[in-house]
Amino acid sequence: MHNFFFGIYPYIALSVLVIGSIARYERDPFTWKSSSSQLLRRKQLMIGSVLFHVGILVIFFGHLFGLLTPIWIFDALGISHGAKQVLAIVAGGIAGIFALVGGLMLLHRRLMDPRVRATSSFADTGILFLLMAQLVLGLGTILVSLQHLDGHEMTKFMSWAQGIFTFQADAAAQITDVSWLFKLHLVLGLTIFLVFPFTRLVHMLSAPVRYLWRPGYQVVRSRRRPSQMAGE
Amino acid sequence: MKIRAQIGMVLNLDKCIGCHTCSVTCKNVWTTRDGVEYAWFNNVETKPGTGYPTDWENQKRWNGGWTRTRSGKLQPKQGAKWRILANLFANPDLPEIDDYYEPFDFDYDHLKSAPEMNAFPTARPRSKITGERMEKIVKGPNWEEILGGEFSKRSQDYNFEGVQKEIYGQYENTFMMYLPRLCEHCLNPACAASCPSGAIYKREEDGIVLIDQEKCRGWRMCVSGCPYKKVYYNWSTGKSEKCTLCYPRIESGNPTICSETCVGRIRYIGVMLYDADKIEEAASVEHEKDLYDAQLGVFLDPNDPAVIAEARKAGIPEDWIKAAQESPVWKMAMDWKVAFPLHPEYRTLPMVWYIPPLSPIQNAAKAGKIGTDGEMPDVRSLRIPVRYLANMLTAGDEAPVVLALERMLAMRAYMRAKTIDGVIDEGIAAKVGLSSAMIEDMYKIMAIADYEDRFVIPTTHREQVEEAYDLKGGCGFTDGNGCSTGISKTSLFGASKRPLRMPEEVQ
Repeated sequence: MHNFFFGIYPYIALSVLVIGSIARYERDPFTWKSSSSQLLRRKQLMIGSVLFHVGILVIFFGHLFGLLTPIWIFDALGISHGAKQVLAIVAGGIAGIFALVGGLMLLHRRLMDPRVRATSSFADTGILFLLMAQLVLGLGTILVSLQHLDGHEMTKFMSWAQGIFTFQADAAAQITDVSWLFKLHLVLGLTIFLVFPFTRLVHMLSAPVRYLWRPGYQVVRSRRRPSQMAGE
Repeated sequence: MKIRAQIGMVLNLDKCIGCHTCSVTCKNVWTTRDGVEYAWFNNVETKPGTGYPTDWENQKRWNGGWTRTRSGKLQPKQGAKWRILANLFANPDLPEIDDYYEPFDFDYDHLKSAPEMNAFPTARPRSKITGERMEKIVKGPNWEEILGGEFSKRSQDYNFEGVQKEIYGQYENTFMMYLPRLCEHCLNPACAASCPSGAIYKREEDGIVLIDQEKCRGWRMCVSGCPYKKVYYNWSTGKSEKCTLCYPRIESGNPTICSETCVGRIRYIGVMLYDADKIEEAASVEHEKDLYDAQLGVFLDPNDPAVIAEARKAGIPEDWIKAAQESPVWKMAMDWKVAFPLHPEYRTLPMVWYIPPLSPIQNAAKAGKIGTDGEMPDVRSLRIPVRYLANMLTAGDEAPVVLALERMLAMRAYMRAKTIDGVIDEGIAAKVGLSSAMIEDMYKIMAIADYEDRFVIPTTHREQVEEAYDLKGGCGFTDGNGCSTGISKTSLFGASKRPLRMPEEVQ
């Protein structure tokens, strides 16, 4: 059971995430969108959405670099595991509260506002619940972490995550003895990966950073091929 | 010189009767779907009024269009690129649907299904978003029709800038006009510039501005970027939509549906050649009052041999050059100078232009005291203040508007003299800087307005850019999922599937 959830399930979730996203982008680009409801109701979104997104982005990149940076890099830089854990707890905790407050505002709006509620799909509401549950679990793990600040526990998760990405068969064994709260957090996280391609979450993959270096301001499209543009 | 062709439109407001046929036919063709019930790609506003969406002209509030930075560069008024990206999570300049109106329908079925009652059954309104009962409708797409509502509200109209507006609230002095509006298909579109995804583009061959529905991610920056508020967010599909200038019709040489059905025959469509290299310079001139002239400077004379040679070199088809030479838009905008861009101060170089309306002479009862300027009344004694029109059409510069109104009055005086008195009065024409031949041409195109004079639209030459053989057996316009012929009742990715309902066999 442990091996399924932490040794096999990650591969199922990540495969669905990657293949599903590619399939959706390729087969149904019309559905690839952020699904903003700001037009229908501005109230609560202006603060809620900013808090939520800023918090989530910090948490996302914190997890990404925190889990996947090889441990020897921290050792080489002279950052102790304890210090890294404290950083993770403080930064993650603050960002987590941001995201939780913002997310709860958005959830309240989604459930209570008649316009937003009427135009929400099951996936829209469902994913918000999942994310809120995941945030609560994530913030809950801080309580566990505070009981052992030496950073040893944290390195287990790093070994596990890196083990998954480097196809180590025994990756799941790294985290057999961690708290159930962490395990629940991991399983729910993987589940969010699993449903990712079927929700509005895909909009994060098209974060429009290229806009910053898109030359000029105007976009012109032509049916003519370059050879014809040259004037034949 | 980077020469391009643009399909432009002129609306002769002097003949608009405010019948809304354009709006209704447009809506029937384009926006009867879920999510865009509130959207009117074409709408007709009664002026003075705050319009639809409310107060759209006030860019201090909405931050639409462009602004000229202190260093003389152009930048969207809602902010530079980093600023636009910073607003992705919550766009402070986005109107709420209540700024347009909450779309509604009536319980028509109740009229026939109600039980026998003492009172007449009524059809009460219901929201098209929530499906819930609406007790009171507080706004609609044409809420100020024929000066509806209090003057104090309507007088918030941005075009009253610099006008002593109080007297126009009095019954004796009131004035009104209609303003049909659609996407301007700007030479310098602020919507395209604001789109972080690069989904909005201007077509090189005819200048039509379109939104790629498969590339739009619903960041909704175009809605706030467009100063005319002519990009609409479809709350059902989560994508932005806008007027397409009925490009499938234009491509086949037909006028847009709004123009085709205009009963007043006020709309003109024609080709304009312009120099794309001059756009930035023209849109960033320092003084707003110079923007109208600057835009005139972007257009190229289609009869100039150098321009013709350059156009051929750029691959513009021969019939497009010919259409540009016969373009009614060119005649009205450039030859006669009677048509003007809508709000050039937004710096978008719009391509739907307007002929200002004449209006009855103020204080007609005291006709003896009317300030007449020789044969013609002084245009400043017309009911609609010249400054009001200038605020709308030339960023407040009254001289071009005065000249246009005088030319239209001169056309009337000339034709009246010709048809009633049988006198050709060259003097009237000369006084407004025209020749009698030009006035006769003006009369033919603006007053008679035959179909073929109003619409000079060359067909698109797709055969020159596409292999027609490859198109054989391809799919035409589809509703979303490309050429897929598979049948699936639901979509894995959340799109609503509404398959065509065919009649079922009766047992």
